[in-house]
Amino acid sequence: MRQDHLISASHLSREDIEAVLDRAADIDDDPAAFRQRHAGKVLGLCFFEPSTRTRMSFDSAMKRLGGQTVDMGPVESSSVKKGETLADTVRVVEGYADALVLRHPSEGAATMASEFVDVPLVNAGDGAGQHPSQTLLDLYTIRENAGLDDLTIGIMGDLKYGRTVHSLAEALTNFDASQHFISPESLRLPRNVRYDLHASGAQVREHTELDEVLPELDVLYVTRIQRERFPDENEYRKVAGQYQIDSETLEAAADDLTIMHPLPRVDEISPDIDDTDHATYFEQAHNGIPVRMALLDILLSQDR
Amino acid sequence: MTDDHQLRVSKIRNGTVIDHVAAGQALNVLAILGIDGTSGEAVSVGMNVPSDRLGRKDIVKVEGRELSQSEVDVLSLIAPAASINIVRDYDVVEKNRVVRPDAVASIISCPNRNCISNADEPIQSRFTVLSDGVRCDYCETIVREDEVAANLDVN
Repeated sequence: MRQDHLISASHLSREDIEAVLDRAADIDDDPAAFRQRHAGKVLGLCFFEPSTRTRMSFDSAMKRLGGQTVDMGPVESSSVKKGETLADTVRVVEGYADALVLRHPSEGAATMASEFVDVPLVNAGDGAGQHPSQTLLDLYTIRENAGLDDLTIGIMGDLKYGRTVHSLAEALTNFDASQHFISPESLRLPRNVRYDLHASGAQVREHTELDEVLPELDVLYVTRIQRERFPDENEYRKVAGQYQIDSETLEAAADDLTIMHPLPRVDEISPDIDDTDHATYFEQAHNGIPVRMALLDILLSQDR
Repeated sequence: MTDDHQLRVSKIRNGTVIDHVAAGQALNVLAILGIDGTSGEAVSVGMNVPSDRLGRKDIVKVEGRELSQSEVDVLSLIAPAASINIVRDYDVVEKNRVVRPDAVASIISCPNRNCISNADEPIQSRFTVLSDGVRCDYCETIVREDEVAANLDVN
């Protein structure tokens, strides 16, 4: 990767992505070879929003590389509560760590933070913006299960606020992928992502119904539609119900359809799919370890 | 009303005339340039005056100040047809069009309220200029050309 930080999937080239995925595959093949790779190094975890799996998986990835982590802890008990700016927080914490992982509720937080620090910074989610490390593990999962070229993928759910969706859609423009976006009208992709997709010449189609496109799909990437995006409970129930899948929905799907989800899910994927060959979301979550190890390995190995 | 007539056509001796400003944008032009009259320069503003090219246009004349190209280029976002005339001793000595800059800072506030540039952080808003709008360097929100004037942050 020719850059110091990982802020947005729109900054990633195909070569950048393949470098991480190839490294992740090497780690998967021989994790022991990487066990002491970053001994003595420290990763700073700055999570300004609750997170379980992203935080744990970065923590685990760093420790499996022989390094250690320092964690800011919950915002409620930190200096942020005293009114400290993010710019100050990251400038202080960079003195404690060799790289930083940042999750923050405001869009653009990681971009701003990266302007104030010299150590590599990974955006682990900025509001409804981007979540590029999730995208790398999504791409790794897609490559393992369906291949990244000649791919037909459906991305369904909350496309407007879903940061994993924004990052994935932008990253896929580096590959020969036909992207179908399935969502209620009110949760369509935001203007900036549509702009980038259009500018890159990506093959993109939008749908409001899954069955318009389901039989063609190699991969279906499902995301959660959140209650708080709707003015009232009835409207939410009506809409969300149309974007849930179960084994009956899948009768129209290809036998080798790969179903993914960034998790946590609520009820958008019925548990009766979990035991089918389609279900790939737990494997996807587990891929967070080798992929984040690969990402940290590359960022921490660059000559600075 | 001869005064009105004279105000519109009166020449300035030395300074800058910003002509062919989109009708209704003259006050925004002044705001972007930071001209509020407090530094004593004579400023005349014509709004909605007839124009062959634009139908109606605004015009701004600033006595005693020559605006540089980089100062006026930000005007291209709200007044892309504007022309800049530098006047010395009643003669136009330079006539330029505004050129779209690659980026603008501290001129537009991001309409995304959840953008970090709207939080209490030690940064200025910053936008990259696109062919038909601008894009926030922080949250990537795109502001279309016709929305720029409504999001100016120059007060």
